Amino acid sequence: MAQPVISSPHAESKRPFLTEQRRSRITAYTFISPFFILFSIFGLYPIFFTIYLSFFKWDALNPMKFVGMKNYDLVTSDPTFWISFSNTLIMGLLGTVPQILLALLIAVLLNSGMTRFKKTFRVLFFMPNITSIVAVTLVFSTLFGNNGMINWLLSGLGLDSVAFNSGWWGVKIAISTMVMWRWTGYNAIIFLSGLQSIPTDLYEAARIDGANRRQQLTFITLPLLKPFIVFVTLLSTIGALQLFTEPYVFLGQSGTGSTRQEGITMVTYLYSEAFRNGFFGTAAATAVLLFVVTIIFSVLNMLVSSRMGGDTGGGKA
Amino acid sequence: MSTVRLLKKDPDDLGIFGKVGFYLILILGALVSIFPFYWMFVVGTNDRGAVFHVPPLLTVGNQFFDNFQRVLDKTDFFQALGNSLFVSSMVTISVVFFCTLAGYAFAKYEFPFKNILFYFVIATLFVPQQLGVLPTYVIMAKLHWIDSFKALIVPAMVNAFGIFWMRQYISTAVHTELIEAGRIDGGGHFRIFWNIAIPVITPAMATLGILNFMTVWNDFFWPLVVLKNQEHFTIQIALQQLFSNRDGLDYGMIMSATFTATLPLLIVFLLFSRWVIAGLTSGAIKS
Repeated sequence: MAQPVISSPHAESKRPFLTEQRRSRITAYTFISPFFILFSIFGLYPIFFTIYLSFFKWDALNPMKFVGMKNYDLVTSDPTFWISFSNTLIMGLLGTVPQILLALLIAVLLNSGMTRFKKTFRVLFFMPNITSIVAVTLVFSTLFGNNGMINWLLSGLGLDSVAFNSGWWGVKIAISTMVMWRWTGYNAIIFLSGLQSIPTDLYEAARIDGANRRQQLTFITLPLLKPFIVFVTLLSTIGALQLFTEPYVFLGQSGTGSTRQEGITMVTYLYSEAFRNGFFGTAAATAVLLFVVTIIFSVLNMLVSSRMGGDTGGGKA
Repeated sequence: MSTVRLLKKDPDDLGIFGKVGFYLILILGALVSIFPFYWMFVVGTNDRGAVFHVPPLLTVGNQFFDNFQRVLDKTDFFQALGNSLFVSSMVTISVVFFCTLAGYAFAKYEFPFKNILFYFVIATLFVPQQLGVLPTYVIMAKLHWIDSFKALIVPAMVNAFGIFWMRQYISTAVHTELIEAGRIDGGGHFRIFWNIAIPVITPAMATLGILNFMTVWNDFFWPLVVLKNQEHFTIQIALQQLFSNRDGLDYGMIMSATFTATLPLLIVFLLFSRWVIAGLTSGAIKS
């Protein structure tokens, strides 16, 4: 590590002002400055302004009026907000939990030594992620239509058809399926890279000690994969809380807009408060609440996952 | 086929049934992953009623150009495609350049507060975009950037993920001795970056470029907020407009548009998939 040379006044007078060290520091700060400048303007300032704005009544046209906590009262006493909140949580659970389990399964299968065509499978599983969410949603809205393929399959299995585009659960299942379709392969590939970073001699040693496949999974694979699981779960949670495009497009088809109760999410609620109704103050309060919820869930996530591995943990990522 | 495995006599060998099960799950998963792409094409090439044909229609038809003609009647499809191409390219060029610069500085320079600043960069990844969306909109309005591409391009010109991912790559791929040698020979800092570092890290830059291009191309929320006039719509907004059409949903038309809009990205991805996937996984490690 290059410790800065503490320059005494003596040394100072002999050297030019721009020493090599100063010059390289200035260069480094210049190189990183675009991010900090842009983030200050379009990231940091808006965040603080949102918090400030959440205490004002404002329609983006007339002067702002201080109202204290009233926006928060308005939002939290609006039943639609709570519907959007519970919808977000339900769809978050439906979309994330099976997705992560499935991704783990796929990653373990792809990582097992006997899988041929590993590269092809990786590409195929990743393909959903490159499509735009709008495209995904449009495709799935045909598959989930009343006379669509999924209902045809259900009736083929002797089950009742489901109103995926209007039923309380139907809408949630349809939207969660879109999320899962898009992200399972992506997460599987991240898990796969985690699995490949586990040294093979660990497995050999375990095998010599007579550990079977399941013991290897629970005592080597899962604990060493923990950092990756934490990472994926965290990102999926954050993503799930910000769900917007799928419900917006999926429920927007009738032209009545996206605030239908079966699928309204917190971000949809925020969007419609601000850009449909022009209530910037309550929208800002919603954004702050969304942020608080995100933090709570991220912390919960960390707590749960830090207990998960127990003392066998200690991943190396 | 499995002679190698037989020689090894793996005690954990699952046997033929296990193997069949393995491949069944993988193949089923792969089919589910690609079926919607095929379905998009099937619907896009058949007539209006094809979506809800019972039993489902699974064969490609010949109505593609008729369907696509209706897309062209309804929207400026190619204009929207061009807009997306322009916005995504500008953002990508800028992101690759600035993130590489910043990643290089974080990887190869010593300066006060380096670690704190780097952790700050990482922390910004976890802030939801929606938290700042209203004031950003207000800023855009003040700058008169609403309904202009500047609103899409400028805020996205550099991002935390890119800095993180370039730093990871540069710290192992670019040797500090080379940089020092360049300094002793009297090269300027930017010159060394350009002539010594850049050639070594082009694969990483390409990966970041492709990943970023896909993200910007697929973005929906922010363009929806700031774009107002049809002539400025990006392709995602244009697609959504086709769908929110009130006079009956013409799925043949919608899917021919969706498929055409997805195709360029699909081709780029299949050409560079190895890079994309490698890039993604190395970005995820060490979180």
